[in-house]
Amino acid sequence: MTDSPLAPSRPPPETRRNVRWWNAGWFDVLQFTVFVAALLGLAVSGAIGMGYNWQWYRVPEYLVRIVGGELLWGPLARGLLVTLELTGWSVLITLAIGLAAALLRLSDSLSGRFVAKAYVEAVRSTPLLIQVYLFYFVLGPILGLDRFWVGVLALSIFEGAFAGEVIRAGILSVRRGQWEAGASLGLSRRQLYRSVVLPQAVPLMLPPLTGIVISLIRNSAIVSVIAVFDLTTEARNIIAETFLSFEIWITVAVIYLAFTVALSIVAGRLEHHVRA
Amino acid sequence: MERLTPAEPLIELDGVSKWFGAFQVLRDVSLRVAEGERIVICGPSGSGKSTLIRCINRLEEHQEGRVVFAGRELGADTAGLTEVRREIGMVFQEFNLFPHLTVLENCMLGPVRVLGMSPADARERAMEFLGRVRIPEQAGKHPAQLSGGQQQRAAIARSLCMRPRVMLFDEPTSALDPVMIKEVLDVMNDLAESGMTMIVVTHEMGFARTVADRVAFMDEGSIVECLPPDRFFTSPADERTKRFLSQIL
Ligand SMILES: Nc1ncnc2c1ncn2[C@@H]1O[C@H](COP(=O)(O)OP(=O)(O)OP(=O)(O)O)[C@@H](O)[C@H]1O
Ligand SMILES: [Mg+2]
Repeated sequence: MTDSPLAPSRPPPETRRNVRWWNAGWFDVLQFTVFVAALLGLAVSGAIGMGYNWQWYRVPEYLVRIVGGELLWGPLARGLLVTLELTGWSVLITLAIGLAAALLRLSDSLSGRFVAKAYVEAVRSTPLLIQVYLFYFVLGPILGLDRFWVGVLALSIFEGAFAGEVIRAGILSVRRGQWEAGASLGLSRRQLYRSVVLPQAVPLMLPPLTGIVISLIRNSAIVSVIAVFDLTTEARNIIAETFLSFEIWITVAVIYLAFTVALSIVAGRLEHHVRA
Repeated sequence: MERLTPAEPLIELDGVSKWFGAFQVLRDVSLRVAEGERIVICGPSGSGKSTLIRCINRLEEHQEGRVVFAGRELGADTAGLTEVRREIGMVFQEFNLFPHLTVLENCMLGPVRVLGMSPADARERAMEFLGRVRIPEQAGKHPAQLSGGQQQRAAIARSLCMRPRVMLFDEPTSALDPVMIKEVLDVMNDLAESGMTMIVVTHEMGFARTVADRVAFMDEGSIVECLPPDRFFTSPADERTKRFLSQIL
Protein backbone atom coordinates (compact mmCIF):
# COMPACT_ATOMS: atom_id res chain seq x y z
CA MET A 1 0.00 0.00 0.00
CA THR A 2 1.78 3.10 -1.13
CA ASP A 3 -0.87 5.77 -0.94
CA SER A 4 -3.34 4.80 1.70
CA PRO A 5 -6.18 7.22 2.32
CA LEU A 6 -5.48 6.46 5.96
CA ALA A 7 -2.06 7.97 5.78
CA PRO A 8 -2.61 11.47 7.05
CA SER A 9 0.97 11.83 8.22
CA ARG A 10 1.66 12.63 4.60
CA PRO A 11 0.28 16.08 3.87
CA PRO A 12 -2.67 16.01 1.50
CA PRO A 13 -1.84 16.75 -2.15
CA GLU A 14 -3.23 20.27 -1.99
CA THR A 15 -0.78 21.29 0.72
CA ARG A 16 2.09 19.51 -0.96
CA ARG A 17 1.53 21.38 -4.16
CA ASN A 18 0.42 24.61 -2.60
CA VAL A 19 3.36 26.28 -4.27
CA ARG A 20 1.44 28.41 -6.70
CA TRP A 21 2.63 28.44 -10.26
CA TRP A 22 2.82 32.21 -10.44
CA ASN A 23 5.36 32.10 -7.64
CA ALA A 24 7.60 29.73 -9.56
CA GLY A 25 10.84 31.10 -10.90
CA TRP A 26 9.85 30.18 -14.43
CA PHE A 27 7.03 32.63 -14.44
CA ASP A 28 9.36 35.43 -13.45
CA VAL A 29 11.66 34.50 -16.28
CA LEU A 30 8.78 34.38 -18.74
CA GLN A 31 7.57 37.77 -17.59
CA PHE A 32 11.03 39.18 -17.99
CA THR A 33 11.49 37.60 -21.42
CA VAL A 34 8.26 39.11 -22.67
CA PHE A 35 9.32 42.45 -21.26
CA VAL A 36 12.72 42.30 -22.95
CA ALA A 37 11.19 41.18 -26.25
CA ALA A 38 8.75 44.08 -26.17
CA LEU A 39 11.57 46.48 -25.40
CA LEU A 40 13.64 45.05 -28.26
CA GLY A 41 10.75 45.38 -30.66
CA LEU A 42 10.23 48.95 -29.58
CA ALA A 43 13.93 49.72 -29.90
CA VAL A 44 14.23 48.23 -33.35
CA SER A 45 11.14 49.94 -34.75
CA GLY A 46 12.19 53.19 -33.08
CA ALA A 47 15.67 52.85 -34.47
CA ILE A 48 14.38 52.30 -37.97
CA GLY A 49 12.12 55.33 -37.63
CA MET A 50 14.95 57.46 -36.38
CA GLY A 51 17.41 56.18 -38.91
CA TYR A 52 19.57 54.93 -36.04
CA ASN A 53 23.11 54.03 -36.99
CA TRP A 54 23.66 50.51 -35.58
CA GLN A 55 27.22 49.82 -34.53
CA TRP A 56 27.08 46.34 -33.02
CA TYR A 57 30.71 45.73 -33.96
CA ARG A 58 31.77 48.14 -31.23
CA VAL A 59 30.03 46.26 -28.43
CA PRO A 60 32.38 43.28 -27.86
CA GLU A 61 35.27 45.49 -26.81
CA TYR A 62 33.28 46.55 -23.76
CA LEU A 63 32.92 42.94 -22.75
CA VAL A 64 36.39 41.62 -23.40
CA ARG A 65 39.42 42.77 -25.33
CA ILE A 66 42.54 41.02 -26.46
CA VAL A 67 45.51 43.32 -26.26
CA GLY A 68 48.87 41.89 -27.23
CA GLY A 69 47.63 38.30 -26.77
CA GLU A 70 46.35 39.13 -23.29
CA LEU A 71 42.73 38.88 -22.26
CA LEU A 72 41.39 42.08 -20.70
CA TRP A 73 37.93 42.26 -19.20
CA GLY A 74 35.91 45.21 -20.45
CA PRO A 75 33.76 47.43 -18.24
CA LEU A 76 30.60 45.42 -18.89
CA ALA A 77 32.27 42.20 -17.72
CA ARG A 78 33.64 43.95 -14.64
CA GLY A 79 30.19 45.40 -13.98
CA LEU A 80 28.67 41.95 -14.27
CA LEU A 81 31.14 40.69 -11.71
CA VAL A 82 30.14 43.45 -9.30
CA THR A 83 26.46 42.67 -9.91
CA LEU A 84 27.16 39.00 -9.17
CA GLU A 85 29.02 39.86 -6.01
CA LEU A 86 26.28 42.26 -4.93
CA THR A 87 23.63 39.65 -5.60
CA GLY A 88 25.55 36.87 -3.89
CA TRP A 89 25.96 38.76 -0.64
CA SER A 90 22.42 40.04 -0.81
CA VAL A 91 21.02 36.52 -1.24
CA LEU A 92 22.80 35.34 1.91
CA ILE A 93 21.74 38.34 3.97
CA THR A 94 18.20 38.29 2.55
CA LEU A 95 17.76 34.67 3.63
CA ALA A 96 19.12 35.39 7.11
CA ILE A 97 16.85 38.40 7.53
CA GLY A 98 13.89 36.53 6.06
CA LEU A 99 14.36 33.59 8.42
CA ALA A 100 14.73 35.91 11.40
CA ALA A 101 11.62 37.89 10.41
CA ALA A 102 9.60 34.70 9.91
CA LEU A 103 10.66 33.17 13.23
CA LEU A 104 10.02 36.42 15.03
CA ARG A 105 6.54 36.66 13.57
CA LEU A 106 5.79 33.11 14.60
CA SER A 107 7.26 33.53 18.07
CA ASP A 108 5.35 33.89 21.32
CA SER A 109 6.82 37.31 21.93
CA LEU A 110 4.27 40.05 21.37
CA SER A 111 6.89 42.74 20.75
CA GLY A 112 8.82 40.40 18.46
CA ARG A 113 5.72 39.79 16.35
CA PHE A 114 5.02 43.51 16.24
CA VAL A 115 8.55 44.41 15.15
CA ALA A 116 8.52 41.77 12.41
CA LYS A 117 5.12 42.85 11.12
CA ALA A 118 6.07 46.53 11.17
CA TYR A 119 9.27 45.75 9.26
CA VAL A 120 7.44 43.82 6.55
CA GLU A 121 4.76 46.48 6.16
CA ALA A 122 7.23 49.38 6.11
CA VAL A 123 9.45 47.76 3.51
CA ARG A 124 6.61 46.62 1.30
CA SER A 125 4.94 49.98 1.16
CA THR A 126 8.00 52.10 0.33
CA PRO A 127 9.64 52.16 -3.11
CA LEU A 128 12.99 50.41 -3.24
CA LEU A 129 14.57 53.49 -4.81
CA ILE A 130 13.63 55.59 -1.79
CA GLN A 131 15.00 52.94 0.54
CA VAL A 132 18.30 52.92 -1.35
CA TYR A 133 18.55 56.71 -1.02
CA LEU A 134 17.62 56.52 2.63
CA PHE A 135 20.37 54.02 3.22
CA TYR A 136 22.88 55.93 1.16
CA PHE A 137 22.31 59.37 2.61
CA VAL A 138 21.23 58.53 6.14
CA LEU A 139 22.30 55.12 7.35
CA GLY A 140 25.47 54.81 5.26
CA PRO A 141 27.24 57.80 6.84
CA ILE A 142 26.01 56.87 10.32
CA LEU A 143 27.23 53.28 10.06
CA GLY A 144 30.26 54.20 7.98
CA LEU A 145 29.39 51.83 5.16
CA ASP A 146 30.77 52.17 1.66
CA ARG A 147 28.50 52.24 -1.41
CA PHE A 148 28.78 48.54 -2.14
CA TRP A 149 27.65 47.51 1.33
CA VAL A 150 24.96 50.17 1.42
CA GLY A 151 23.66 48.59 -1.78
CA VAL A 152 23.86 45.07 -0.36
CA LEU A 153 22.12 46.08 2.83
CA ALA A 154 19.35 48.06 1.12
CA LEU A 155 18.62 45.21 -1.28
CA SER A 156 18.71 42.58 1.48
CA ILE A 157 16.43 44.50 3.77
CA PHE A 158 13.99 45.07 0.93
CA GLU A 159 13.92 41.48 -0.33
CA GLY A 160 14.21 40.09 3.20
CA ALA A 161 10.66 41.24 3.90
CA PHE A 162 9.37 39.20 0.97
CA ALA A 163 11.58 36.24 1.83
CA GLY A 164 10.22 36.42 5.39
CA GLU A 165 6.68 36.04 4.12
CA VAL A 166 7.65 33.08 1.94
CA ILE A 167 9.46 31.37 4.80
CA ARG A 168 6.59 32.04 7.18
CA ALA A 169 4.06 30.57 4.74
CA GLY A 170 6.29 27.52 4.31
CA ILE A 171 6.57 27.00 8.06
CA LEU A 172 2.82 27.43 8.54
CA SER A 173 2.14 24.81 5.90
CA VAL A 174 3.64 22.15 8.18
CA ARG A 175 0.68 20.64 9.97
CA ARG A 176 0.07 21.17 13.65
CA GLY A 177 0.29 17.45 14.41
CA GLN A 178 3.94 17.50 13.37
CA TRP A 179 4.74 20.16 15.95
CA GLU A 180 2.78 18.27 18.58
CA ALA A 181 4.47 14.96 17.85
CA GLY A 182 7.89 16.61 18.07
CA ALA A 183 7.03 18.50 21.24
CA SER A 184 5.73 15.29 22.82
CA LEU A 185 9.14 13.71 22.32
CA GLY A 186 10.61 16.58 24.34
CA LEU A 187 12.20 18.46 21.45
CA SER A 188 12.86 22.11 22.22
CA ARG A 189 11.48 24.77 19.90
CA ARG A 190 14.82 25.10 18.23
CA GLN A 191 15.16 21.35 17.70
CA LEU A 192 11.60 21.23 16.40
CA TYR A 193 12.40 23.77 13.74
CA ARG A 194 15.64 22.12 12.80
CA SER A 195 14.66 18.47 12.73
CA VAL A 196 10.94 18.48 12.04
CA VAL A 197 9.58 21.70 10.60
CA LEU A 198 12.22 23.18 8.30
CA PRO A 199 13.08 19.92 6.53
CA GLN A 200 9.41 19.72 5.50
CA ALA A 201 8.97 23.42 4.80
CA VAL A 202 12.10 24.18 2.80
CA PRO A 203 11.18 22.17 -0.32
CA LEU A 204 7.91 24.13 -0.45
CA MET A 205 9.77 27.42 -0.12
CA LEU A 206 12.30 26.82 -2.89
CA PRO A 207 10.28 27.91 -5.93
CA PRO A 208 9.06 31.20 -4.43
CA LEU A 209 12.53 31.84 -2.98
CA THR A 210 13.97 31.42 -6.47
CA GLY A 211 11.56 34.12 -7.57
CA ILE A 212 12.94 36.37 -4.85
CA VAL A 213 16.53 35.75 -5.92
CA ILE A 214 15.59 36.61 -9.50
CA SER A 215 13.92 39.78 -8.36
CA LEU A 216 17.05 40.54 -6.36
CA ILE A 217 19.16 40.28 -9.49
CA ARG A 218 16.82 42.60 -11.34
CA ASN A 219 16.57 45.07 -8.49
CA SER A 220 20.34 45.11 -8.06
CA ALA A 221 20.30 47.48 -11.06
CA ILE A 222 18.70 50.08 -8.82
CA VAL A 223 21.84 50.43 -6.74
CA SER A 224 23.43 52.04 -9.81
CA VAL A 225 21.81 55.25 -8.55
CA ILE A 226 24.35 55.35 -5.74
CA ALA A 227 27.16 54.76 -8.25
CA VAL A 228 28.16 51.25 -7.36
CA PHE A 229 30.04 50.02 -10.40
CA ASP A 230 27.60 47.31 -11.29
CA LEU A 231 26.48 46.26 -14.74
CA THR A 232 23.92 49.04 -15.08
CA THR A 233 26.30 51.80 -13.96
CA GLU A 234 28.98 50.61 -16.34
CA ALA A 235 26.45 50.56 -19.15
CA ARG A 236 25.40 54.13 -18.41
CA ASN A 237 29.02 55.27 -18.36
CA ILE A 238 29.77 53.62 -21.70
CA ILE A 239 26.69 55.17 -23.27
CA ALA A 240 27.61 58.59 -21.94
CA GLU A 241 30.90 58.31 -23.81
CA THR A 242 29.86 56.52 -26.98
CA PHE A 243 26.12 57.13 -27.53
CA LEU A 244 25.70 53.42 -28.31
CA SER A 245 22.56 53.45 -26.21
CA PHE A 246 20.49 50.85 -28.09
CA GLU A 247 23.27 48.32 -28.49
CA ILE A 248 24.52 48.57 -24.93
CA TRP A 249 21.11 48.50 -23.25
CA ILE A 250 20.07 45.50 -25.34
CA THR A 251 23.31 43.73 -24.47
CA VAL A 252 22.83 44.46 -20.79
CA ALA A 253 19.23 43.23 -20.84
CA VAL A 254 20.35 39.99 -22.49
CA ILE A 255 23.05 39.51 -19.85
CA TYR A 256 20.52 39.92 -17.03
CA LEU A 257 18.19 37.56 -18.82
CA ALA A 258 20.84 34.89 -19.33
CA PHE A 259 21.74 35.18 -15.69
CA THR A 260 18.17 34.71 -14.42
CA VAL A 261 17.41 31.88 -16.85
CA ALA A 262 20.55 30.05 -15.73
CA LEU A 263 19.46 30.52 -12.14
CA SER A 264 15.99 29.16 -12.82
CA ILE A 265 17.50 26.06 -14.36
CA VAL A 266 19.76 25.49 -11.37
CA ALA A 267 16.84 26.06 -8.98
CA GLY A 268 14.66 23.64 -10.95
CA ARG A 269 17.33 20.95 -10.62
CA LEU A 270 17.77 21.67 -6.93
CA GLU A 271 14.07 21.48 -6.29
CA HIS A 272 13.80 18.19 -8.10
CA HIS A 273 16.69 16.90 -6.04
CA VAL A 274 15.21 18.03 -2.70
CA ARG A 275 11.80 16.54 -3.44
CA ALA A 276 13.07 13.21 -4.66
CA MET B 1 14.10 7.14 38.17
CA GLU B 2 12.77 6.82 41.69
CA ARG B 3 9.87 4.47 42.34
CA LEU B 4 6.94 6.34 43.78
CA THR B 5 5.11 5.17 46.86
CA PRO B 6 1.53 4.08 46.13
CA ALA B 7 0.25 7.06 48.08
CA GLU B 8 1.91 9.37 45.60
CA PRO B 9 0.32 9.16 42.15
CA LEU B 10 2.40 9.42 38.98
CA ILE B 11 -0.15 11.79 37.53
CA GLU B 12 -2.47 14.00 39.48
CA LEU B 13 -5.12 16.27 38.04
CA ASP B 14 -6.70 18.36 40.73
CA GLY B 15 -9.70 20.56 39.98
CA VAL B 16 -8.58 21.25 36.41
CA SER B 17 -10.68 23.68 34.39
CA LYS B 18 -10.06 25.00 30.92
CA TRP B 19 -11.81 27.37 28.57
CA PHE B 20 -11.55 27.94 24.84
CA GLY B 21 -12.63 31.57 24.80
CA ALA B 22 -15.97 31.65 26.60
CA PHE B 23 -16.55 27.93 26.13
CA GLN B 24 -15.62 25.75 29.10
CA VAL B 25 -14.09 22.47 27.85
CA LEU B 26 -12.98 21.06 31.20
CA ARG B 27 -14.96 21.51 34.38
CA ASP B 28 -13.16 20.90 37.63
CA VAL B 29 -11.66 17.57 36.56
CA SER B 30 -9.75 15.51 39.12
CA LEU B 31 -7.98 12.25 38.40
CA ARG B 32 -5.14 10.40 40.09
CA VAL B 33 -3.22 7.78 38.19
CA ALA B 34 -0.80 5.51 40.00
CA GLU B 35 2.30 4.09 38.38
CA GLY B 36 1.43 0.95 36.40
CA GLU B 37 -2.25 1.82 36.27
CA ARG B 38 -4.24 1.69 33.03
CA ILE B 39 -7.06 4.15 32.55
CA VAL B 40 -9.50 4.17 29.65
CA ILE B 41 -11.41 7.38 28.98
CA CYS B 42 -14.56 7.33 26.90
CA GLY B 43 -17.41 9.71 26.25
CA PRO B 44 -19.32 11.43 23.47
CA SER B 45 -17.62 13.53 20.82
CA GLY B 46 -16.73 16.99 22.08
CA SER B 47 -16.84 16.00 25.76
CA GLY B 48 -13.23 17.08 26.27
CA LYS B 49 -11.36 13.75 26.27
CA SER B 50 -8.60 14.89 23.94
CA THR B 51 -8.26 18.18 25.74
CA LEU B 52 -7.94 16.38 29.06
CA ILE B 53 -5.10 14.09 28.07
CA ARG B 54 -3.40 16.87 26.15
CA CYS B 55 -3.29 18.85 29.40
CA ILE B 56 -1.18 16.08 30.92
CA ASN B 57 1.80 16.89 28.68
CA ARG B 58 0.73 20.49 28.31
CA LEU B 59 -0.06 20.44 24.62
CA GLU B 60 -3.04 22.33 26.02
CA GLU B 61 -2.72 24.77 28.89
CA HIS B 62 -5.23 24.56 31.71
CA GLN B 63 -6.41 27.72 33.44
CA GLU B 64 -7.48 26.48 36.85
CA GLY B 65 -6.44 23.63 39.09
CA ARG B 66 -3.21 21.66 39.16
CA VAL B 67 -1.61 19.17 36.80
CA VAL B 68 1.21 17.31 38.52
CA PHE B 69 3.47 14.75 36.86
CA ALA B 70 5.85 12.77 39.08
CA GLY B 71 5.76 15.48 41.72
CA ARG B 72 6.38 18.31 39.24
CA GLU B 73 3.56 20.76 38.70
CA LEU B 74 3.06 21.91 35.12
CA GLY B 75 2.54 25.64 34.92
CA ALA B 76 3.10 28.72 32.87
CA ASP B 77 6.79 28.50 33.72
CA THR B 78 7.91 26.43 30.75
CA ALA B 79 11.38 25.69 32.07
CA GLY B 80 11.57 21.96 32.55
CA LEU B 81 8.62 21.30 30.27
CA THR B 82 10.74 19.43 27.76
CA GLU B 83 12.11 17.31 30.63
CA VAL B 84 8.57 16.37 31.60
CA ARG B 85 7.48 15.73 28.03
CA ARG B 86 10.30 13.32 27.32
CA GLU B 87 8.90 11.08 30.07
CA ILE B 88 5.38 11.16 28.65
CA GLY B 89 4.77 9.28 25.41
CA MET B 90 1.88 10.37 23.23
CA VAL B 91 0.14 8.55 20.40
CA PHE B 92 -2.23 10.48 18.15
CA GLN B 93 -5.23 9.48 16.11
CA GLU B 94 -3.50 10.72 12.93
CA PHE B 95 -0.14 9.03 13.82
CA ASN B 96 1.80 12.23 13.07
CA LEU B 97 4.92 10.42 11.95
CA PHE B 98 7.55 12.68 10.42
CA PRO B 99 7.06 12.17 6.67
CA HIS B 100 10.56 13.26 5.66
CA LEU B 101 12.23 10.62 7.82
CA THR B 102 12.26 6.84 7.56
CA VAL B 103 10.53 4.82 10.25
CA LEU B 104 13.90 4.08 11.84
CA GLU B 105 14.86 7.76 11.78
CA ASN B 106 11.49 8.68 13.29
CA CYS B 107 12.34 6.37 16.18
CA MET B 108 15.91 7.62 16.54
CA LEU B 109 15.16 11.34 16.50
CA GLY B 110 14.06 11.69 20.14
CA PRO B 111 16.79 9.49 21.65
CA VAL B 112 19.53 11.25 19.66
CA ARG B 113 18.32 14.86 19.93
CA VAL B 114 16.65 14.83 23.33
CA LEU B 115 18.40 12.09 25.27
CA GLY B 116 21.78 12.67 23.61
CA MET B 117 22.26 9.01 22.72
CA SER B 118 24.81 8.02 20.09
CA PRO B 119 23.24 7.16 16.72
CA ALA B 120 24.46 3.59 17.07
CA ASP B 121 22.78 3.12 20.46
CA ALA B 122 19.63 4.90 19.29
CA ARG B 123 19.46 2.63 16.25
CA GLU B 124 19.77 -0.44 18.40
CA ARG B 125 17.02 0.78 20.71
CA ALA B 126 14.79 1.73 17.76
CA MET B 127 15.17 -1.71 16.21
CA GLU B 128 14.32 -3.30 19.54
CA PHE B 129 11.04 -1.42 19.79
CA LEU B 130 10.20 -1.82 16.10
CA GLY B 131 10.59 -5.54 16.79
CA ARG B 132 8.20 -5.30 19.71
CA VAL B 133 5.54 -3.59 17.60
CA ARG B 134 6.26 -6.25 14.94
CA ILE B 135 7.39 -4.08 12.06
CA PRO B 136 11.20 -4.42 12.11
CA GLU B 137 11.15 -5.05 8.35
CA GLN B 138 9.61 -1.60 7.73
CA ALA B 139 12.47 0.29 9.38
CA GLY B 140 13.95 1.65 6.16
CA LYS B 141 10.66 2.84 4.64
CA HIS B 142 9.06 6.24 4.78
CA PRO B 143 5.75 6.54 6.65
CA ALA B 144 3.75 7.09 3.46
CA GLN B 145 4.79 3.63 2.27
CA LEU B 146 3.19 1.95 5.30
CA SER B 147 -0.39 0.89 5.97
CA GLY B 148 -2.31 2.82 8.61
CA GLY B 149 -1.87 0.06 11.18
CA GLN B 150 1.86 -0.10 10.51
CA GLN B 151 2.12 3.67 10.80
CA GLN B 152 0.38 3.69 14.15
CA ARG B 153 2.64 0.92 15.43
CA ALA B 154 5.66 2.89 14.20
CA ALA B 155 4.33 5.90 16.11
CA ILE B 156 4.00 3.78 19.25
CA ALA B 157 7.57 2.55 18.80
CA ARG B 158 8.75 6.14 18.33
CA SER B 159 7.24 7.07 21.70
CA LEU B 160 8.55 3.96 23.43
CA CYS B 161 12.09 4.72 22.29
CA MET B 162 12.09 7.58 24.79
CA ARG B 163 11.40 4.97 27.53
CA PRO B 164 8.52 7.07 28.88
CA ARG B 165 6.96 6.52 32.30
CA VAL B 166 3.47 6.85 30.92
CA MET B 167 1.88 6.49 27.50
CA LEU B 168 -1.06 8.65 26.45
CA PHE B 169 -3.23 7.44 23.56
CA ASP B 170 -5.79 9.70 21.87
CA GLU B 171 -8.15 7.46 19.89
CA PRO B 172 -5.25 5.48 18.44
CA THR B 173 -7.46 3.21 16.34
CA SER B 174 -10.16 5.62 15.16
CA ALA B 175 -8.55 6.24 11.78
CA LEU B 176 -8.06 2.53 11.06
CA ASP B 177 -10.08 -0.25 9.50
CA PRO B 178 -10.85 -3.41 11.53
CA VAL B 179 -7.84 -5.57 10.58
CA MET B 180 -5.49 -2.74 11.41
CA ILE B 181 -7.32 -1.97 14.63
CA LYS B 182 -6.51 -5.45 15.85
CA GLU B 183 -2.81 -5.07 14.99
CA VAL B 184 -2.62 -1.92 17.05
CA LEU B 185 -4.70 -3.23 19.97
CA ASP B 186 -2.47 -6.32 20.15
CA VAL B 187 0.55 -4.08 20.53
CA MET B 188 -1.23 -2.05 23.20
CA ASN B 189 -2.15 -5.25 25.05
CA ASP B 190 1.51 -6.30 25.06
CA LEU B 191 2.42 -2.91 26.37
CA ALA B 192 -0.12 -3.16 29.18
CA GLU B 193 1.23 -6.59 30.10
CA SER B 194 4.73 -5.15 30.33
CA GLY B 195 3.44 -2.93 33.15
CA MET B 196 3.34 0.40 31.32
CA THR B 197 1.22 3.14 32.83
CA MET B 198 -1.37 4.00 30.17
CA ILE B 199 -4.13 6.53 29.69
CA VAL B 200 -6.16 5.65 26.64
CA VAL B 201 -8.98 7.60 25.05
CA THR B 202 -10.86 5.01 23.01
CA HIS B 203 -14.25 3.63 22.15
CA GLU B 204 -12.87 0.09 21.94
CA MET B 205 -14.88 -1.29 24.83
CA GLY B 206 -13.35 -4.75 24.45
CA PHE B 207 -9.97 -3.24 25.18
CA ALA B 208 -11.41 -1.30 28.13
CA ARG B 209 -12.91 -4.48 29.60
CA THR B 210 -9.79 -6.60 29.38
CA VAL B 211 -6.99 -4.09 29.93
CA ALA B 212 -8.25 -1.15 31.98
CA ASP B 213 -7.95 -0.90 35.73
CA ARG B 214 -10.50 1.90 35.66
CA VAL B 215 -12.79 3.31 32.99
CA ALA B 216 -13.68 7.00 33.10
CA PHE B 217 -16.75 8.39 31.39
CA MET B 218 -16.60 12.05 30.37
CA ASP B 219 -19.49 14.29 29.41
CA GLU B 220 -19.52 18.03 28.83
CA GLY B 221 -16.09 18.55 30.28
CA SER B 222 -16.52 16.54 33.48
CA ILE B 223 -15.55 13.04 34.52
CA VAL B 224 -19.00 11.69 35.32
CA GLU B 225 -17.69 8.49 36.82
CA CYS B 226 -14.54 6.47 36.99
CA LEU B 227 -14.95 2.80 37.93
CA PRO B 228 -13.25 -0.58 37.49
CA PRO B 229 -14.51 -2.12 34.23
CA ASP B 230 -16.67 -4.83 35.81
CA ARG B 231 -18.68 -2.23 37.70
CA PHE B 232 -18.50 0.35 34.91
CA PHE B 233 -20.12 -1.97 32.38
CA THR B 234 -22.62 -3.68 34.68
CA SER B 235 -23.71 -1.11 37.20
CA PRO B 236 -22.89 2.47 36.31
CA ALA B 237 -24.52 4.98 38.61
CA ASP B 238 -25.16 7.87 36.28
CA GLU B 239 -27.93 8.03 33.68
CA ARG B 240 -25.63 9.60 31.10
CA THR B 241 -23.17 6.72 31.41
CA LYS B 242 -25.99 4.21 30.96
CA ARG B 243 -27.27 6.02 27.89
CA PHE B 244 -23.77 6.21 26.41
CA LEU B 245 -23.14 2.51 27.04
CA SER B 246 -26.45 1.51 25.49
CA GLN B 247 -25.50 3.44 22.36
CA ILE B 248 -21.99 2.15 22.03
CA LEU B 249 -22.34 -1.53 23.03
N1 LIG C 1 -8.41 24.76 19.84
C1 LIG C 1 -9.72 24.83 20.13
N2 LIG C 1 -10.36 26.00 20.09
C2 LIG C 1 -11.67 26.09 20.38
N3 LIG C 1 -12.44 25.05 20.75
C3 LIG C 1 -11.87 23.84 20.80
C4 LIG C 1 -10.47 23.66 20.49
N4 LIG C 1 -10.17 22.35 20.62
C5 LIG C 1 -11.31 21.75 21.00
N5 LIG C 1 -12.33 22.62 21.11
C6 LIG C 1 -13.69 22.31 21.52
O1 LIG C 1 -13.62 21.75 22.80
C7 LIG C 1 -14.53 20.69 22.91
C8 LIG C 1 -13.83 19.44 23.39
O2 LIG C 1 -12.92 19.03 22.40
P1 LIG C 1 -12.11 17.68 22.51
O3 LIG C 1 -11.35 17.54 21.26
O4 LIG C 1 -11.36 17.66 23.77
O5 LIG C 1 -13.27 16.61 22.56
P2 LIG C 1 -13.18 15.04 22.44
O6 LIG C 1 -13.92 14.50 23.60
O7 LIG C 1 -11.79 14.61 22.27
O8 LIG C 1 -14.03 14.77 21.14
P3 LIG C 1 -13.80 13.71 19.95
O9 LIG C 1 -14.38 12.41 20.43
O10 LIG C 1 -14.58 14.28 18.83
O11 LIG C 1 -12.33 13.63 19.69
C9 LIG C 1 -15.22 20.53 21.57
O12 LIG C 1 -16.47 21.15 21.64
C10 LIG C 1 -14.32 21.27 20.63
O13 LIG C 1 -15.07 21.86 19.60
MG1 LIG D 1 -10.69 13.79 20.66
